[in-house]
Amino acid sequence: MKFTPQQAAKVAALARLRLPEEKLERIAGQIGDILSYMETLESCDTAGVEPLYSPVEHPTPLRADVAEKTFQRSDILSGAPETDGTYFIVPKIVAG
Amino acid sequence: MSDILSLSLSGLRAKLADGSVSATEAVSSCLERIADTEPAIEALLTVTGEEALNQAQAMDAAGPDASKPLWGVPVVVKDAICTKGVATTCASRILENFVPFYDATCVARLKEAGAILLGKANMDEFAMGSSTENSAFQKTRNPWNLDKVPGGSSGGSGATVAAGQCFAALGTDTGGSIRLPASFCGVTGIKPTYGRISRYGVVAYGSSLDQVGPLARTAEDCAVMLQVMSGHDAKDSTSAPREVPDFVAQTAARKDLKGLRLGLPEEYWGEGLTEEVRACCDQAVEAAKGLGAVVVPVKLPHTKYAIATYYIVAMAEASSNLARFDGVRYGFRHPEAKDLRDLYEMSRSEGFGEEVQRRIVLGTYVLSAGYYDAYYRKAAQVRRLIRQDFLDAFQACDVIVGPTSPFTAFGLGEKADDPLQMYLADIFTISLNLSGLPGLSMPVGLGKESGLPVGLQMFGKAWDEGTILGAANALSDALPQVGMPKI
Repeated sequence: MKFTPQQAAKVAALARLRLPEEKLERIAGQIGDILSYMETLESCDTAGVEPLYSPVEHPTPLRADVAEKTFQRSDILSGAPETDGTYFIVPKIVAG
Repeated sequence: MSDILSLSLSGLRAKLADGSVSATEAVSSCLERIADTEPAIEALLTVTGEEALNQAQAMDAAGPDASKPLWGVPVVVKDAICTKGVATTCASRILENFVPFYDATCVARLKEAGAILLGKANMDEFAMGSSTENSAFQKTRNPWNLDKVPGGSSGGSGATVAAGQCFAALGTDTGGSIRLPASFCGVTGIKPTYGRISRYGVVAYGSSLDQVGPLARTAEDCAVMLQVMSGHDAKDSTSAPREVPDFVAQTAARKDLKGLRLGLPEEYWGEGLTEEVRACCDQAVEAAKGLGAVVVPVKLPHTKYAIATYYIVAMAEASSNLARFDGVRYGFRHPEAKDLRDLYEMSRSEGFGEEVQRRIVLGTYVLSAGYYDAYYRKAAQVRRLIRQDFLDAFQACDVIVGPTSPFTAFGLGEKADDPLQMYLADIFTISLNLSGLPGLSMPVGLGKESGLPVGLQMFGKAWDEGTILGAANALSDALPQVGMPKI
């Protein structure tokens, strides 16, 4: 299957990746090969087969709807690239 | 190498318990071995030597604790698993400076059992790879032959155990990432049933596939590790609320294979196997028969679709899981980002390696509107058929047996430029992850041509790890031991 560098660039942008031209060329070619290989699935008859998204068989356990403090704010902020001690700091989102 | 390091984990436990070896001696022996061998194999990304020695000395001062099954045992943890206060990088630049403030549940349970953390093992970045060549930091080498890969993605874990640097290591297995390095490095590794061990604190790759498991010298050693880590965890909704059997007793109780029906799937024993792998695995099956096992042919007819199915599911889940790495809350942030979009794109473009980026693009594509049904939904349907193959096969047998890999460890760089060829290395391991079932790889000899370890795989029914551990334990006694590499 043909997967073009333009398609790769579009999907990469959706995934918030900004890749140089040369890498897009290479990745697009490799993805094309991989997608061609994946077309083998077309020959598998799956009519009426219920998809299996997870091997988990037990029902999702629910806990009581009670707020709990599991971590300190300082713990949560400890790995952040930039904080003011209370919040995560990021570059401005709104101009002005 | 010291006498201590020639012990199995179980052998060490006995000596620690009776005081003939101290925790400090065990840790010191491992650290000396790391100093001797690490320059050649580069299995570890972090060595916590000082902390480990301090901990061992404090434990010795208090004396052995019989209530702790891993008291004083030095272990290594794959760098995809969170360790409080110790860097957890997933072998990625994007997490290079990440130091978790909590332990993954499996690590917390090891520590509660008395294990001593020696360091963090190298891996393929975000567990994406079959050779440990995709690490952003170093390429781990196979202790049996330094020109060969150790397998992946838990290649650091396989190599550290094989080289005698520790007594057990944790790996994660999304498509064979415990079993392939176990096979290539000549050690035993088990991927438990999905849900057996909590994934809380394990950096997610393919959420419906990932499982933590141990790599160690013997099946008995794996049973001890599995016992400690298993069981329900309220912090992980996919962890199973069910009783944990006594794996250690089940493993020790099996002295022969009488009454055990071994299923040999024709899809795993056909063309494509190298002669040396076939010879070692045939020899193991003959030994199993000699121990009383009955061999029956079984079929897994959808095996031919497994790789395509696996990579669609895994990449779709990966693209979703890796969205959390955005440079805001932890990890790498590009210093030149001017606005938020810049921050996301520049941080992710520089922080992730190429294999990870390729999988994100592919995963995003197969989940996108217009392609979802053709790829992801179709793969999920085939996934059910693959699982049904196993359920049907287990009507006729108790354990399914086949080679772990069609070949022994391949050369460094040999498949690095061809992702599809690299993916095909997982051909015998990935069906199990799609099905959520347990599987183990054990060494069954050295290949006649390569001189490298060959692994045999045993698949069990869901929640039946005890049977495959016991079978591997009994079978290993009837096979020539591969020993340890001379490094």
